[in-house]
Amino acid sequence: MAELSAGSAHAAVHPPGLRHHFEDMEQQHEAGNLGMWVFLVTEILFFGGLFAAYAIYRSLYLPGFEAGSRLLDVKLGATNTAVLIGSSLTMALAVHAAQTGKRKALILFLLLTMVLGAVFLGIKFDEYATKWHHGLVPGLKWAPDEEMYKNAPLGSVELFFCFYFFMTGLHALHMIIGFGIMTVMTLEAWGGKFSAEYYAPVEVSGLYWHFVDIVWIFLFPLLYLIGGRY
Amino acid sequence: MNWAYLISAMVADPWLGFPLKPIDASTTASSVDHLYYFLTALTLFFTFSIFTTIFYFMVKYRRRSPDERPKAIEASSALEVIWTVIPALLCAFAFIWSSSLYFRNSRPPNAAMEVFVVGKQWMWHLQHPEGAREINELHVPVGVPVKLTMTSEDVIHDFSIPVFRIKHDVVPGRYSSIWFQATKTGTYHFFCAQYCGAEHSGMIGWVYVMSPTDYANWLSGGTKGESMAQSGERLFTQLGCITCHVADGTGRGPVLQGLYGHPVKLRSGETRVVDEAYVRQAIVNPNSMPLPNYPPIMPTFQGQVNEEQVLQLISYVKSLATVEKGTAK
Amino acid sequence: MSTAAVVESPAGSRVHYLNASYGIKSWLFTTDHKRIALLYLGSITFMFFIGGAAATLIRLHLIEPTGALVQPETYNKLFTVHGVVMIFFFLIPSIPAVLGNFLVPLMVGARDLAFPRINLLSWYLYTIAALLALYAVVSGGVDTGWTFYTPYSSTYAHTQVIATALAAFIAGFSSILTGLNFIVTIHKMRAPGLTWFRLPLFIWAMYATSIIQILGTPVLAITIVLLAAERLLHVGIFDPKIGGDPILFQHLFWFYSHPAVYIMILPGMGVVSELIACFARKRIFGYSMIAFSSLAIAVLGFLVWGHHMFVTGQSVYAGLIFSVLSFMVAIPSAIKVFNWTATLYKGSISYEAPMLYALGFIGLFTMGGLTGLFLASLATDVHLTGTYFIVAHFHYIMVGGAVMAYLGGIHFWWPKITGRLYPDGSARFAALIIFVGFNLTFFPQFVLGYLGMPRRYAVYPAEFQVLNVMSSAGASILGIGYLIPLIYLIWSIRYGPVAGPNPWGAKGLEWETPSPPPTENFEEIPIVTEEAYAYAEPEDVHG
Repeated sequence: MAELSAGSAHAAVHPPGLRHHFEDMEQQHEAGNLGMWVFLVTEILFFGGLFAAYAIYRSLYLPGFEAGSRLLDVKLGATNTAVLIGSSLTMALAVHAAQTGKRKALILFLLLTMVLGAVFLGIKFDEYATKWHHGLVPGLKWAPDEEMYKNAPLGSVELFFCFYFFMTGLHALHMIIGFGIMTVMTLEAWGGKFSAEYYAPVEVSGLYWHFVDIVWIFLFPLLYLIGGRY
Repeated sequence: MNWAYLISAMVADPWLGFPLKPIDASTTASSVDHLYYFLTALTLFFTFSIFTTIFYFMVKYRRRSPDERPKAIEASSALEVIWTVIPALLCAFAFIWSSSLYFRNSRPPNAAMEVFVVGKQWMWHLQHPEGAREINELHVPVGVPVKLTMTSEDVIHDFSIPVFRIKHDVVPGRYSSIWFQATKTGTYHFFCAQYCGAEHSGMIGWVYVMSPTDYANWLSGGTKGESMAQSGERLFTQLGCITCHVADGTGRGPVLQGLYGHPVKLRSGETRVVDEAYVRQAIVNPNSMPLPNYPPIMPTFQGQVNEEQVLQLISYVKSLATVEKGTAK
Repeated sequence: MSTAAVVESPAGSRVHYLNASYGIKSWLFTTDHKRIALLYLGSITFMFFIGGAAATLIRLHLIEPTGALVQPETYNKLFTVHGVVMIFFFLIPSIPAVLGNFLVPLMVGARDLAFPRINLLSWYLYTIAALLALYAVVSGGVDTGWTFYTPYSSTYAHTQVIATALAAFIAGFSSILTGLNFIVTIHKMRAPGLTWFRLPLFIWAMYATSIIQILGTPVLAITIVLLAAERLLHVGIFDPKIGGDPILFQHLFWFYSHPAVYIMILPGMGVVSELIACFARKRIFGYSMIAFSSLAIAVLGFLVWGHHMFVTGQSVYAGLIFSVLSFMVAIPSAIKVFNWTATLYKGSISYEAPMLYALGFIGLFTMGGLTGLFLASLATDVHLTGTYFIVAHFHYIMVGGAVMAYLGGIHFWWPKITGRLYPDGSARFAALIIFVGFNLTFFPQFVLGYLGMPRRYAVYPAEFQVLNVMSSAGASILGIGYLIPLIYLIWSIRYGPVAGPNPWGAKGLEWETPSPPPTENFEEIPIVTEEAYAYAEPEDVHG
């Protein structure tokens, strides 16, 4: 017969945040990290399909894709790249603050990350508005300037912009979700939920944020810099 | 290959009132059938062996008492190797046989006569270069290689002739080709074999394989129409192509006489051969492949010509291949 | 010997996961993997019969060459619904979401999956997706085929393409989350002493399946997004008129959908390993070969998608590469079949219904798999693609294989899940009916395919009628066969004899806890000291 008491006497000292199906905090922490990494792999494949399609069409329609790329604002794109890299720095500092139990620093860096994220989204919105104004939104408002469009290969500039909006749009959607995650993290940090013993959600959110940053690092050269202008 | 002939005879003969395979009516059909017999034999052999072995073990080693506890048996690397290597060898054999057959069958003979096929929801338009046009019917002579060049006006279709053991998808925006050489006169089904919408199962027709004399009669009988090249020439003038593509080189566009079949270098540096796909692209999407010495000012004709007319224009351009540059037509 | 002990209590007074709490909220907001498995069982069974109803109508319609039942437009919607529902809402989730969810924590000696709330979320996503698919069916239907080929689906179809595609998209996320949960659980939550090579082969199978779910499903997701966008916004990624390539859709689609077939079969293979070991009372012969074969199938499965596209116009060289890889992916499956057969040698074999299903699987999967060689082989594929040969091939594997394995697993673990025994006589009878009905339905279709009858035809030339009638006759038997277990299994929940912890005398951690298990699975987490399937050792067999 089993000792029922041995099984049910799980530690009198119950670490806060330990979910009951885990044996200990270490198992929970490792499971959470592995879970986020596996999720990020699925995101790589998700974006990967788009990247593959983009690569194929680019090789087929290089002139049109280059023409489309030249219509993008490289300065804004580069600014956004710097903003996002900066936000990854603040995110990493936030995680470090969580690991060392520094609540105020954690909250500060989370807020900074959110600010930079908001700047990114603001610039993106501005770019999209400009494209709309110039009639460069396929399917919804495709009426680009006659002069610019006249000799361009039929359809392939439009195809380029299809990808531009899909890829940056999907990325922006992930940024918005990330913004939401950061809001939750900030509120929980404010409520004192995290400590040097329990900071896994911050760490895992950091992984997500860095991933979204890395996707942009690929998007920027592929979309903005391939216009043959250099 | 007497065994193959024997099996063919067996399976072609109706069993219980219906055959197990279509008749083989092309030069490549029976070789496909032979591979099929081999794979069938393989399937039946292994299925039967596994089934009987399992039955045998089930009976011989049935549980005789509730406490029976069989001894554990060591895994055998030798067995694992054997039943990995043997299937691998059989697969390799089948792959090599199949691939060489496929490779051989994939190239149409040079002297093949051509027929142009346009699929659209839900019918097939077929054009012979001499001008004869058919809907849902294909007349061909026996014993002559026939190459079908096909495209679609709308969605993806598939042209399938079971008795020849051939089929190929018919895709909008590009040309696909298959070839066959019929060996038996007769009337045979062709089907659309790629789901294409409401009347997909109605998109079927008949291949009429005729003796060469009958075919020649058929070709010259019927409505006296223009050949595809003549239709193409008429379109060439009507659509204004002749304005820029002048034979003596004084036009704004390249001279088309003597061009078909030759390589050209594009502005991008890439070299392409002027074939059917090239000419089609030049008509519907000219600025996708600009030429070094000409400004990209050719308008697109997409929407102004349907796929059959494009094929006629291509036939016309082909007919100019043997004309010297500088002479008018 | 593991150290978890089993506490027998008089029936009815013991608390277990089914009676630990009552009320609909305790089910709809549960995080217990066992309850979630039952939630899935309900939804999946429902969807199976929806897909089965479509199949019934299809086979009734095809009795006449001119179509006995419906107009072609409706027929096209029937085969689309059948495919979409059976693939996305039955075959892909079935074993992982029902048996996997229930058993993975038990088999690895854990109290739950790594992320129980995500597990519940994945059931909600499945159910929302299913409701969306049903909405699409009742509000006009969809007629593109489950493959959604462009440009028909993106430009020409006038049916509920977006709703259906969106339903598949959401169901895909359900699948991804299930796979993610299993991977983390298997990596991080195994009981002490449970090394990788002591795991049951069902766990290896679930692990390999989860890898495919993680890597493949996102590509389907993005493909569906592109398709929906093209339809909705009239952008033209797949439209040849602006330079788009409809064949690109097929590459993206099959990049997921081929590995998807391995998502459908690998779990079934895992179940079969468990059943053979138990009912031959022997350790599976070649355990590590079967484990590695599962991984090999998962990897190779990603490299063969082009064999669905041999006649689309891809180059001969691409065809050769996909062909050789497609032959290669057959080898690990062959290895498994030989190893299962060898397990029976000098075993102690009994013929309960789960064993009959397992043996049926081996025979029918062998045949279905071997007919795959005809399709891997380029020269024969040209003739056979787009015909009923393909339909017969995949139904042999999906129905003769995966569904039989699912039924075998349901029967095998039924006592553990419900605490009741089902009537094995009726079960064996049903298994036989299913086997006979299945073969009569699908074997004639191989012949139809070679004769040239294309698939997805609402009307067909008269010379194909005899074989079609044979197939429809078989389908009616098969349909009855599927209804019988529904009846006696539901009956057994109330009236079946109470089951002990291990009615089959099987090895495995799930059998060392009561039937049904308590919510926390084990009183104490067991410590594992022996190999999997250590049947040669004596142990307590509770009848």
